Amino acid sequence: MAFIGRSVPRLEDRPLVTGKGRFAADVSFPHQLHMRVVRSPQAHGRILAIGTSAALGLPGVVAVWTAGDVSDIPPIDFRMTKIEGLEPYRQHILATDHVRYVGEPVAVVFAEDPYIAEDAADLVEVGIEELPVITAADGPVGIFAGTASTEPAQVRKGYGDVEAAFKSATHVVELDLSTGRHSAVPMETRGALGRYDASKDVLEMYGAAKVPHWNRDQVARMLKRSPSQVHFYEGHVGGGFGVRGELYPEDVLVCAAALRLGRPVKWIEDRREHLIAANHSRQQRHKIRAAIDATGKIIGIENEFFHDQGAYVRTHAATVPDLSAAMVLGPYHVPHYRTLGHIRLTNKTPCGTYRAPGRFETTFVRERLMDAIAARVGITPVEARRRNLIGKDEMPFERPIDALGTHVVYDSGDYAGLLDKSLRKVGWDELQMSIEARRAAGELVGAGIGMFVEKSGLGPYDGVKIAVDVGGKVEVITGAASVGQGVETVIAQICADTLGVDYTAVRVVHGQTDRIDNGMGAFASRVTAMTGEATRIAALKVKAKALDMAADLMQAAAADLEIVDGRVTAASGAKASIALGDVARHLLPVSRTRGEREPGLSAEGWFFSDHMNYPYGVHVAVVRIDAETGDVAIEKYLVAYDVGRAINPMLVEGQIVGGFAQGLGGAMFEELSYDERGEPLSVTFADYLIPTAHEVPSIDVLVTEDAPSPLNHLGVKGAGEGGTNAVGAAIAAAIDDALGLPGAVTQLPITPDRVKQMVVRRADFAASGIVQKPLS
Amino acid sequence: MKPASFEYHRPTTLEEAVKALAEYAPQDGRILSGGQSLVPTMALRMAKPAHLIDINGVRELADIKVTEDALIIGAGVRHAAFHKPVVDGALGQLLSFVVRHIAHYPIRQRGTFCGSLAHADPSSEWCLVSATLDAEITATSVRGARSIAVTELIEWAMSTTLAEDEILTSVRLPLLPENTRFGFYEFSRRAGDYALAMSLVTYELADGVIAAPRVGIGGVEGVPRRIAEAEEVLLGQKPSPDLFRAAAEAVANAADPMSDLQASANYRRDLARTVVRRALERSLP
Repeated sequence: MAFIGRSVPRLEDRPLVTGKGRFAADVSFPHQLHMRVVRSPQAHGRILAIGTSAALGLPGVVAVWTAGDVSDIPPIDFRMTKIEGLEPYRQHILATDHVRYVGEPVAVVFAEDPYIAEDAADLVEVGIEELPVITAADGPVGIFAGTASTEPAQVRKGYGDVEAAFKSATHVVELDLSTGRHSAVPMETRGALGRYDASKDVLEMYGAAKVPHWNRDQVARMLKRSPSQVHFYEGHVGGGFGVRGELYPEDVLVCAAALRLGRPVKWIEDRREHLIAANHSRQQRHKIRAAIDATGKIIGIENEFFHDQGAYVRTHAATVPDLSAAMVLGPYHVPHYRTLGHIRLTNKTPCGTYRAPGRFETTFVRERLMDAIAARVGITPVEARRRNLIGKDEMPFERPIDALGTHVVYDSGDYAGLLDKSLRKVGWDELQMSIEARRAAGELVGAGIGMFVEKSGLGPYDGVKIAVDVGGKVEVITGAASVGQGVETVIAQICADTLGVDYTAVRVVHGQTDRIDNGMGAFASRVTAMTGEATRIAALKVKAKALDMAADLMQAAAADLEIVDGRVTAASGAKASIALGDVARHLLPVSRTRGEREPGLSAEGWFFSDHMNYPYGVHVAVVRIDAETGDVAIEKYLVAYDVGRAINPMLVEGQIVGGFAQGLGGAMFEELSYDERGEPLSVTFADYLIPTAHEVPSIDVLVTEDAPSPLNHLGVKGAGEGGTNAVGAAIAAAIDDALGLPGAVTQLPITPDRVKQMVVRRADFAASGIVQKPLS
Repeated sequence: MKPASFEYHRPTTLEEAVKALAEYAPQDGRILSGGQSLVPTMALRMAKPAHLIDINGVRELADIKVTEDALIIGAGVRHAAFHKPVVDGALGQLLSFVVRHIAHYPIRQRGTFCGSLAHADPSSEWCLVSATLDAEITATSVRGARSIAVTELIEWAMSTTLAEDEILTSVRLPLLPENTRFGFYEFSRRAGDYALAMSLVTYELADGVIAAPRVGIGGVEGVPRRIAEAEEVLLGQKPSPDLFRAAAEAVANAADPMSDLQASANYRRDLARTVVRRALERSLP
């Protein structure tokens, strides 16, 4: 029975829906201590003194640390996209001489219970001499420390002759666009529990997620242990989205404390902490120009942007600006291109990646640009896109730039085909007529589209170990991680089909560094493509081994055998069969039938890839604006996404719908605001507005498999980020269209206050006689 | 987000409760009723009361009473009690319409009407209702009980004229005459969020013209209040779209809106105009 391509129920769900999940906060050990972080109340300043004696005097407090207590521990290093010159901007686990954002850890308290820990943290006196604050990434460059400026590096990419392109242009379209600072707010906040097992001389960390192996290696390095003396354990994870699972100061602190204090140390982040301490993301300002010909074809693009990195450069290093520079061109022909990205430090929470990093931002920018091109030459936004799309017959399409250190080659795609399918699915032509009629009746209603190319399946490798036990159960051990996205189910489906067993017979072990030496984790929509292919390769080896053994036992040729539902049978249909568990028994070390074969019905599979693959999608939004309040109602929304091959279509749809909700947050609701002194203003859910079930409309999803990836056997591309990618772009376009004001939206999130200002501007235009005809 | 330590008191009679408050108020004692505002602020340690006097066990505060001319709501009465009309006529319907705009269902099971008044949030629906209908509260202490008009009670955002030893034990809302019409409209960023602007209007329709108009706005200024200028516009006139627009305009002119993270003062002024007009439109059958 084929499992690949079927929406089988998730293997993960039983414990989760019956309250048997084991999240970070569910892990406890006898005699554990609780850690509370004392955070800077100032956005920028020099630390004069930190008084800990009152806190230490509180009964139940075991220790209070400041930077001096951990001065032997180096700052947290970069995991990704390191570019020259970023090292001085790394964050120490406790602030050394200066604080650079509100929320920066300046001290930690260890106490017998979390209440005492918080009481004691309140008693720690932090003396800070305030220094001038930088809150804008697009202002003058300032001083970070000593001779280091607040612009540590620039990202430059490009090709062709941009000057010549602009000289030859019929029109130049120029925009100034910004995306707001927001980030993932997983249901489960961060959590970490460090424990030193002296009986084995092993340091353990519970609460790992996303990249347990890399974090294990880093903690080992920082605490001067060998990686094999450190184990990281991933439990259930209540959402990752890029934010959760990176290595943060708190993770290192619980490990260091477990070693030094000789007791387990537990830290569970609270929501206020999460909103000021976990990675922020998305804040960018782009000044983009396109040189176009008279028909709206792009000749060249120049893109300058300012990336607000916050106070330090964390594990992602330059990932977001790098991807912004590499992915801004999307599905279009751009003969000449040049980008200059300014990485800027500000006195705000440090930033990292958030679902569709560098793409949510730049799809907004690029698709705004496409709409502006349409308006400039007087064609519809759909037509402007059609004239510039890269053709199906041009695949694989090479851009002479790199992304995350890999050469950008769009592996496969039929962009125009998916656009057609999307427009058909929403009934675009009828929609235009009904919009026209409703506008005539005075409604502000409009439609917009956003197209994009995603990226997924980042290498360089993945390896899995598969073993079949004598009961016929299959264990797949992978260094991938699960942040809740369905890894266990999808990997089991691939293993089951390849090996010939039921997917429920497959148990997938992930995120346990003591079970497998290497692992890349879960990010960049990589797991199904990379781990999936490694699983397939390993399962093929196991299958070959099983057939080879069974051939002996059944006195048949291996080539005449197959495995069906966990039993080796003759392909001819002969009745004799042998259960896979029995084959495993014959392969035990003590078995006499094993012969010269290696013991164990098991194998390792490795998959290596130098290139990412590139799924692509189309979003279509229809909105209605309340002219009086500026409220925007989403009447219809479609996400069409080509994932090459959907292993489990239900999970792909789930990824898209959930991703859409987060995209909607960034497009219309969520903003991490600061005042001019660098004080964060969005520190609770009363001020940081996440869309709820009321605000998230039910959407249409079209999953297509028109362009399988040639880079892996199954043709899989990642499905995690396409739902988020173009939400800002499509809603902005629909709002412009509803207002009849091309280019009205220049900034995300699009709040009712801002929409109301556009409505007023529209009325001013109308009064002055300049009324622009909607172009959709 | 663990509250600072506090001493917990649970009186079972009003007498015990006021005694406890008299004793502990000088030592930073606070009344705990529904706790939907106080407890989160304690979790954030923005409030660190040394004593909490929990009045949830005081039976005599738990009731709603209807007299000849008023509805009297005790300090223990939850928002959810108003999901269905608690009294025949316009007032019961008004309260059950408004209550659905208060936060979310679980919060309405705990939060109380009187607690909302004592908290005095500018965006509280009950503060708007009470100000618009000229409600009075009873404040009780060991020194006795006194009545305070809600307009006198709420000084400014989150600030009341209650003495530190006084418990807001009940609120008295006048029953509305038979021929009363009402309309309520609220605009917020998300369902259940605090209003950026809201309006409650009531009036009596006698011989086709408006009598005794009340136009209240909440979430716009620091304190919900009636706008006399708009009421003058309505008084003695026949309801009509133009009249409602004129009344709404009068509100926009009279209001002195707040500015915060979610809405600028100008935007709030626009919203005030809109919510008043829409509330008036909703008053029509």
